[in-house]
Amino acid sequence: MDRRLAIKWMLAAGAGVALLRARGLGGAAPAPSAPARGPGYGSDPDLMKPYKPGDYWDLTFTDPLRREVAILSDIVIPEDAASPSASSLGVTDFIDEWVSAPYPDNARDRKVVLEGLAWLDGESQRRFGTPFAGAAAAQCHALCEDMARAAPEGSAMAPAHAFFLLFRDLVVTGYYTTPVGMKDIGYAGNLPLARFDGPPAELVARLGLTDEVRW
Amino acid sequence: MAFVDPDTAKGRYDVIVVGSGAAGGQAAYTLTMEGARVLMLEAGRNYDSRTETPMFKTLDQAPLRDSGTPGKPFGFFDATIDGGWSVPGEPYTNASTERGREFKWWRARMLGGRTNHWGRISLRNGPYDFKPRSRDGLGFDWPISYGDLAPYYDRVEMLIGVYGTNEGLENTPNSPQGVLLPPPKARIGELLARQRGRGLGIPVIPAHRAVLSRALDHKSVPARLHPGNLKAQRILAEDMQGRAACFWATPCGRGCAIRANYQSTTVHIPPALATGNLDILPNAMAREVTVDASGKATGVSYIDKRTGFEHRVTGRVVVLAAGACESARLLLNSKSTVFPAGLGNSSGLVGKYIMDTVGASWGGQIPLLESTPPHSEDGAGGDHCYTPWWLYKEQLAGKLGFARGYHVEFTTGRQMWAGYSAMAEGAGGSTSYGLRLKEEARRYHGSYVSFTGRGEMIPNEDSYCEIDPGVTDKWGIPVLRFNWKWSDHETRQVAHMQRTFADWIAAMGCTSANRPGADGSKAIEPGGSIIHEVGGAIMGAKASASVTNSWSQTWDAKNVFVADGAVFASNADKNPTLTIMALAWRTADRILGELRRGNL
Repeated sequence: MDRRLAIKWMLAAGAGVALLRARGLGGAAPAPSAPARGPGYGSDPDLMKPYKPGDYWDLTFTDPLRREVAILSDIVIPEDAASPSASSLGVTDFIDEWVSAPYPDNARDRKVVLEGLAWLDGESQRRFGTPFAGAAAAQCHALCEDMARAAPEGSAMAPAHAFFLLFRDLVVTGYYTTPVGMKDIGYAGNLPLARFDGPPAELVARLGLTDEVRW
Repeated sequence: MAFVDPDTAKGRYDVIVVGSGAAGGQAAYTLTMEGARVLMLEAGRNYDSRTETPMFKTLDQAPLRDSGTPGKPFGFFDATIDGGWSVPGEPYTNASTERGREFKWWRARMLGGRTNHWGRISLRNGPYDFKPRSRDGLGFDWPISYGDLAPYYDRVEMLIGVYGTNEGLENTPNSPQGVLLPPPKARIGELLARQRGRGLGIPVIPAHRAVLSRALDHKSVPARLHPGNLKAQRILAEDMQGRAACFWATPCGRGCAIRANYQSTTVHIPPALATGNLDILPNAMAREVTVDASGKATGVSYIDKRTGFEHRVTGRVVVLAAGACESARLLLNSKSTVFPAGLGNSSGLVGKYIMDTVGASWGGQIPLLESTPPHSEDGAGGDHCYTPWWLYKEQLAGKLGFARGYHVEFTTGRQMWAGYSAMAEGAGGSTSYGLRLKEEARRYHGSYVSFTGRGEMIPNEDSYCEIDPGVTDKWGIPVLRFNWKWSDHETRQVAHMQRTFADWIAAMGCTSANRPGADGSKAIEPGGSIIHEVGGAIMGAKASASVTNSWSQTWDAKNVFVADGAVFASNADKNPTLTIMALAWRTADRILGELRRGNL
């Protein structure tokens, strides 16, 4: 990923999630279904109404696609002792919502994601004689290793690499915006406090910043 | 009196105020608290922060995780309604689509306008900022000085509540004792920036933001703001007790249901309504200021957006507070036999000299801030510290190659949008996945610092708005066409920002070899991006060289006042909102006095 873009992403923290662009896998797979149409949620949605994916636009994934996305998501963020896997926190629904949204940025990502998923299935079939969802864990990981490896621009694997990076960032976005994901990463805010005490004293001391605390 | 519609907005008002944001809210507050009867027109719908603010909602409760969309550029939860850089049915055009020549115009169609979501940074202009031409020969002097506005800064700060300290730094004015609220404690990244900035000669001091770090003093402030006016004192004291202190959570940009920060809708409008002197007419898109045969304003014509029909309201005085460019548009569209080129435009200067703030950012990952113990860094929902411009002497001596300064805002800490730590530089080149990704996300969360420069743009002849002869909005009202150009002063300033920020994060221990480019014209944010547009009806000492006099009163029509940022003759690096409010209060005071004297 372009480092400048990564910084931009970080800067977007106060302004919603920024988008990274991946290059498409044009021609590598059958054309995905047409992107969703419609007005989206408009410019004056009800902010207080409980929301779930599918409320404002139709979703895309078929059951086989959902299975493929869930498996790939759980390779990107698996369960460990501290926290659950991506699919168990609704990341599959988020990615479906994302690629189905009737906005230009989402339409671009839709193409990359759907073409990437189709390519992955085809590649699994070619190498292992089974769709991705039917492949053994070691086979799935081997495919991911290949996609994750940096690929020179214009090389055969470049589109698959770009797809993987976009997919990875979507999983990260979906996961770390849930209460469980935020807690896992050590985000301790969004709770009302009687006082704001600043950083813990031992941290201030450890970094040699005690003299800086004037107010 | 309260919310009205075209059928009930029939009274003869003392003052018609167009707009309900920082300028309109402040003007309406001051006028109604002192007894004037006011009708406020708002182009958007009514908005109630008590019932519409998504407090504490997590990002997964919003479509697309609260990321920006064309309908809501700052995300689903942002307190902007029917707004952004494009508003359906309400276009604007650009004379050039060349890079660096485009202007993006942000609007919000809702009661309170942009004050519902703004950053709450509340900085006073300093003495230099009102007399820039006298100091370096560029741009324009204002016809007023810092001393003229200082008492109004005091009043606004006491009314809305601003945290900060008095540091006595150059061109960074102190507030009188007891006016500011105590600042929140600095976050760990801010402390590190402060320590490492010192070695570079860069000061870091508490920010000034319109957030209640403690409850307002409802016992003494009302009497200081409204001496001798017991009714106003009673109303304000009661209202201040309805505003809670910040509880250090949930983003300010969503608005605040407990009224702990400043929004026109939570601070200005409630007491103004309580006086019984304010009528508010929402969904009213002002078309033009109407004038009589002598050129005196009679009122405002507007479109009722719900029906599309045009109506008129009448008043003794008209105050334009629609936002700098919208107010300029209204003046230009107010054509009459007396003012064929538009009201206030006898000088030909309406729409001229629009300015935005100069913006650029740079940041990086700081190993020292990795794996800090989890603690809430939400704080006051924005900067606790900032850096005022610190190189006045070097600049005046001609050592910098650009004429005006910038201040620095920080983004640090463990933020609600936490996922970036698994994506940004430092996290294994951002290609890791699996258990390693999870470990890196934990380790890097809160270890990023970014610096944002906010600098002064000098007004120039190539940056202006005018009426596009070929385009109207869906109401049939002619729209604005923008012309824009940065000068070398701005692009060199941005290059200086970028160098400074790269040196600064290196001093904080950032190990990245990545450096910003040296070309400021590539890093500068497009005009209008910072949403600090001002100018377009600048104030001045002479009718031939300005649109309004020092009281924000148009030279053409003595009962038309421009209360918003359109009158700015320069755009200091300081964020404009506090100055807009101070000017609006001063303008309202002038109107009250002139009404009493029978001059309007």
